[in-house]
Amino acid sequence: MPAVSKGDGMRGLAVFISDIRNCKSKEAEIKRINKELANIRSKFKGDKALDGYSKKKYVCKLLFIFLLGHDIDFGHMEAVNLLSSNKYTEKQIGYLFISVLVNSNSELIRLINNAIKNDLASRNPTFMCLALHCIANVGSREMGEAFAADIPRILVAGDSMDSVKQSAALCLLRLYKASPDLVPMGEWTARVVHLLNDQHMGVVTAAVSLITCLCKKNPDDFKTCISLAVSRLSRIVSSASTDLQDYTYYFVPAPWLSVKLLRLLQCYPPPEDAAVKGRLVECLETVLNKAQEPPKSKKVQHSNAKNAILFETISLIIHYDSEPNLLVRACNQLGQFLQHRETNLRYLALESMCTLASSEFSHEAVKTHIDTVINALKTERDVSVRQRAADLLYAMCDRSNAKQIVSEMLRYLETADYAIREEIVLKVAILAEKYAVDYSWYVDTILNLIRIAGDYVSEEVWYRVLQIVTNRDDVQGYAAKTVFEALQAPACHENMVKVGGYILGEFGNLIAGDPRSSPPVQFSLLHSKFHLCSVATRALLLSTYIKFINLFPETKATIQGVLRAGSQLRNADVELQQRAVEYLTLSSVASTDVLATVLEEMPPFPERESSILAKLKRKKGPGAASALDDGRRDASSNDINGGVEPTPSTVSTPSPSADLLGLRAAPPPAAAPAPAGAGNLLVDVSSEGPAAQPGLGPTPEEAFLSELEPPAPESPMALLADPAPAADPGSEDIGSPIPEADELMNKFVCKNNGVLFENQLLQIGVKSEFRQNLGRMYLFYGNKTSVQFQSFTPTVVHPGDLQTQLAVQTKRVAAQVDGGAQVQQVLNIECLRDFLTPPLLSVRFRYGGAPQSLTLKLPVTINKFFQPTEMAAQDFFQRWKQLSLPQQEAQKIFKATHPMDAEVTKAKLLGFGSALLDNVDPNPENFVGAGIIQTKALQVGCLLRLEPNAQAQMYRLTLRTSKEPVSRHLCELLAQQF
Amino acid sequence: MIGGLFIYNHKGEVLISRVYRDDIGKRQAADLAVFSSSWPFLEERVNRRNAVDAFRVNVIHARQQVRSPVTNIARTSFFHVKRSNIWLAAVTKQNVNAAMVFEFLYKMCDVMAAYFGKISEENIKNNFVLIYELLDEILDFGYPQNSETGALKTFITQQGIKSQHQTKEEQSQITSQVTGQIGWRREGIKYRRNELFLDVLESVNLLMSPQGQVLSAHVSGRVVMKSYLSGMPECKFGMNDKIVIEKQGKGTADETSKSGKQSIAIDDCTFHQCVRLSKFDSERSISFIPPDGEFELMRYRTTKDIILPFRVIPLVREVGRTKLEVKVVIKSNFKPSLLAQKIEVRIPTPLNTSGVQVICMKGKAKYKASENAIVWKIKRMAGMKESQISAEIELLPTNDKKKWARPPISMNFEVPFAPSGLKVRYLKVFEPKLNYSDHDVIKWVRYIGRSGIYETRC
Repeated sequence: MPAVSKGDGMRGLAVFISDIRNCKSKEAEIKRINKELANIRSKFKGDKALDGYSKKKYVCKLLFIFLLGHDIDFGHMEAVNLLSSNKYTEKQIGYLFISVLVNSNSELIRLINNAIKNDLASRNPTFMCLALHCIANVGSREMGEAFAADIPRILVAGDSMDSVKQSAALCLLRLYKASPDLVPMGEWTARVVHLLNDQHMGVVTAAVSLITCLCKKNPDDFKTCISLAVSRLSRIVSSASTDLQDYTYYFVPAPWLSVKLLRLLQCYPPPEDAAVKGRLVECLETVLNKAQEPPKSKKVQHSNAKNAILFETISLIIHYDSEPNLLVRACNQLGQFLQHRETNLRYLALESMCTLASSEFSHEAVKTHIDTVINALKTERDVSVRQRAADLLYAMCDRSNAKQIVSEMLRYLETADYAIREEIVLKVAILAEKYAVDYSWYVDTILNLIRIAGDYVSEEVWYRVLQIVTNRDDVQGYAAKTVFEALQAPACHENMVKVGGYILGEFGNLIAGDPRSSPPVQFSLLHSKFHLCSVATRALLLSTYIKFINLFPETKATIQGVLRAGSQLRNADVELQQRAVEYLTLSSVASTDVLATVLEEMPPFPERESSILAKLKRKKGPGAASALDDGRRDASSNDINGGVEPTPSTVSTPSPSADLLGLRAAPPPAAAPAPAGAGNLLVDVSSEGPAAQPGLGPTPEEAFLSELEPPAPESPMALLADPAPAADPGSEDIGSPIPEADELMNKFVCKNNGVLFENQLLQIGVKSEFRQNLGRMYLFYGNKTSVQFQSFTPTVVHPGDLQTQLAVQTKRVAAQVDGGAQVQQVLNIECLRDFLTPPLLSVRFRYGGAPQSLTLKLPVTINKFFQPTEMAAQDFFQRWKQLSLPQQEAQKIFKATHPMDAEVTKAKLLGFGSALLDNVDPNPENFVGAGIIQTKALQVGCLLRLEPNAQAQMYRLTLRTSKEPVSRHLCELLAQQF
Repeated sequence: MIGGLFIYNHKGEVLISRVYRDDIGKRQAADLAVFSSSWPFLEERVNRRNAVDAFRVNVIHARQQVRSPVTNIARTSFFHVKRSNIWLAAVTKQNVNAAMVFEFLYKMCDVMAAYFGKISEENIKNNFVLIYELLDEILDFGYPQNSETGALKTFITQQGIKSQHQTKEEQSQITSQVTGQIGWRREGIKYRRNELFLDVLESVNLLMSPQGQVLSAHVSGRVVMKSYLSGMPECKFGMNDKIVIEKQGKGTADETSKSGKQSIAIDDCTFHQCVRLSKFDSERSISFIPPDGEFELMRYRTTKDIILPFRVIPLVREVGRTKLEVKVVIKSNFKPSLLAQKIEVRIPTPLNTSGVQVICMKGKAKYKASENAIVWKIKRMAGMKESQISAEIELLPTNDKKKWARPPISMNFEVPFAPSGLKVRYLKVFEPKLNYSDHDVIKWVRYIGRSGIYETRC
């Protein structure tokens, strides 16, 4: 482009710019600009015609002001006028203004398009170029629509100048990238391909860019370009550095064009025509040869240009993947770069080698550089290069060098950057598994991995170890021994404890012969880590313990002690608590045979795709893709490494703890502290086991009650007619209730059935139902001994003035209870008015001659006569307000003694007897209930509100009833339940 | 507690830097190396390149003009005022009373102006020793001290301490005076002529609708006194404060009716520290021992019964898309015997103005393109007169659809009366020890009303 000649220099513009630069403050600058804008406005007013020079000058000033960050809202018209000027400089400024400041103003766009059209048709190459540049710079859709058809015509027209062709090709490329649908494909495409033969290198370069972009969408249309590109490439490659004059860059002939041609060729498979292919191979060889030549210049530009061609050549060779000779040569060439001074070169070499390693032809060649790569991993300063080195190690690994590579990677792991540790852990795990010759090495490697980078060992990795150890008999003993030794380290990672716990639980017996790892030692070693671990690990360890009971009966007592400890049995975590309770019961109830069946060694896992590989795939590490290709290549040689066979199953490995007993699926609906909430497993055990006795041990509630299910045949009427004579407190000497009576009774505040009392002699079960102010209670007295109870007399006593509040009729029971048998007593209860203290049950009998006496509180509380009432929020609040006297309200704030579970709380409140009202309280966390206490004399309305605070582990309970003592009593009763 | 004080020129170069406390910009680089990775980015920036640079980068060179006078950068507060091209910034890390800091900065400006006139880059560079000396005196460990120019001038002199030939006695007097009860006046001042000047300076602010309706108006005024009085005179200042007049009026009912019209309601006022506030609270009388020389006795604000010296009547007519006709009439609204001065009416023009023709009957009018306004200047104008300007503005059609926002017409002037209606009723001087009486003192009173933001919408 001709430079602006001296005489054409715009003095006014220069003065203005220097004024602006000399401004001392922002305000001064704005003032100067305002002044200039006013001047330009007055000049553009239109009453006198401006010459082209002034127009250009003012448009230039406007452009400068715009670039300083001020809005320009006029002058567009003048700029468009400049377009029609015949002077190059004026036209150029006009196009510049429009490229920078154009907005989709419809009328102006039409004018601009018109001017561009004129220029395109002008046959003046400079004007055509300016117009094409403007189209490309604006690149808007409107412009695309207007000119998409014209530009290909200019591009392929025989009489177009080279520079115009060049601009047209690039302009078309821009439009195509902006809106591909606008560029019509047609017969011109074939002629575009022939531009590759053009004499002018610039045209060829521009055309290659265009073709590369176009052929991605419709490769078939441009297939003919292959041979043309190859011949063009061979001409460049074989030319001497002086042949191409303008296009030689630091002694490298047309480097950009070469790179672009090589890229274009990568869009297609290897040429089928033997001659073309031969020529291409020759080219590629020449490039490789040239890389060996001494550099013609020491300048960095020279080597950069040369290497750019070389790397693009290598990617083409890798893309073709069919010329073993070339692949090996490329590999050797890259090998030289591995130790190059330039960090960028080393990076690129490693990256290319990664792809080379996946080719079967060059894999061996890549392997020869292993030492260099390992060295790079150790000594490289740049982290991204180290990452590439790790990728390459992973890619080049096979059976022959696996041990070396894995050990190097493990060593590197200790100092690796945190960002890539997890990836390296996964890679090590996969390599160790895939190329494991013997499994003791595999186990060693993984345990090392956990030791070095435990935090980065994901679940998948250690699940996989367990799967493999479980499936391989030969390695189990070794694994147990190694794990045992690893656990002896004073500080070991939690993942190690998990693996150790599982393996010792399964195969601890294999090393138990050694006195150094005798069962008690194993147990105490594991248990010493127990308290430092998270809940999940503890749960796993509990399962290990129960397995120990099976494996080593001599540890039974110790382990039962551990399970029985309050910290397990009353653990805040439901999972741990349940496991402790169940395992304890299992160990005490089940016989050795049962234990051995239940706690049998785990069966081998079904073969699956390695979950680690799946994880690495998810991570999509740059090296992962090639690694997966490896899997395909090595599939045939995987005789002993069954684990890596890529089966389509995507099932993730279930947690081993879940596999052990399958308990996780059924958490108990209510975490009642009583041992009555056991799952199905225990029921099965006790029903099948020969030693299982009904009534012995903490039999599950359901089983207990089902045996007692058919209620007493007597009709209630008969009972009512026969009041119990024993219900006279005066005649009998009643002892005070046993100390735990209150606690026992509290269990029944929210439920009606269950075991009321139990000692080594006697078990008392309760089953009751209440309707309105009447209730019926069945008491079951079970003799747990084998000796008959003599003169067995249960009586119900009403302390204080309870007599007037509650009527209880009992039926006399048989005086003798045989050993192992049980008797049933029916109580009919009628609530006369509200009461606070429960009636007492006094049981007297003679056991082996000795008189026994026992006094309990009958689980009859005022809330049993609760009638749930449903009401709307409005009603509730109305009633709530009605009961606003201070004595009608009872409130209690207390700490939660049980885990705060909304479902459990709900169940308890329902059991308490009130209706639960949803959508009353604005806070969904809170519970609101309502009900009426039915007595014969009166009815007491009752409203309650429970506000849990999960953070503080506190509850606030508010009760409002129409009777003061009832509020307080209910509040106290309910408060004890949470 | 001001941590430091910096003075910058318009380029952001530091002219004066005085650090009073270690907490600003003194953090060691070693500390930073440990914490920098976890600290917020700005915090790091403030400490590494210290507070001086932080202000320059974030306020003076900010891409968008910083409007707030208080800027918080990484838990450091910068309070700045700008005088012409000079920035004064007080820096602190503590939670200070912002009003105190600004009061101090303004006082600092006053003191510097009293010492070397206009605050400009050149003056500051020429007087930098003096400024450091002043800073040492008026700010101790970040706590403002006596900043009374009169008192300062006794011991910080521009000619150097020797030229004054101060005796030991005088030096000891300085100590007792500065630490004494009346820190603003030294003893033993003697004048042959006891003279005092009282200036009532007011600025009137107005926003008026095109129809002539007052949207908001208030007057903020100052009473500035220049006293050349001997000894320790006790002065009493009286003005037509409504409360005082009414209180007196209780005794003599006829006086109330006479002076009731002239009394003014003062919304709020502040006094120089020499005024006895307790006496003002109880009796609402203003009595004080004045400092020697010039000082601002009080500041006040009124919003009721303001005399608006000028009325602006705009008339704007749009003739097609390319022409605008503007006619503005101004009417003076005060006694015909008084003369207003320095009248300037500023009529904003649209941003696409391409040419302006102005015709005015009085004064000179000119279109100033750099300010996008027509500026009409009249040197003098008597009360109850009227003057008119008409202008034809040519517009350039633009493709911008935004309508012209029509900024208000603003006005500047100076009138020789107080627009609030404030009158000085008396200023009595009592000096019991020396033998001159109130009658011997020559008193001068002057009223100047200036325009503040005096705008009329068009």
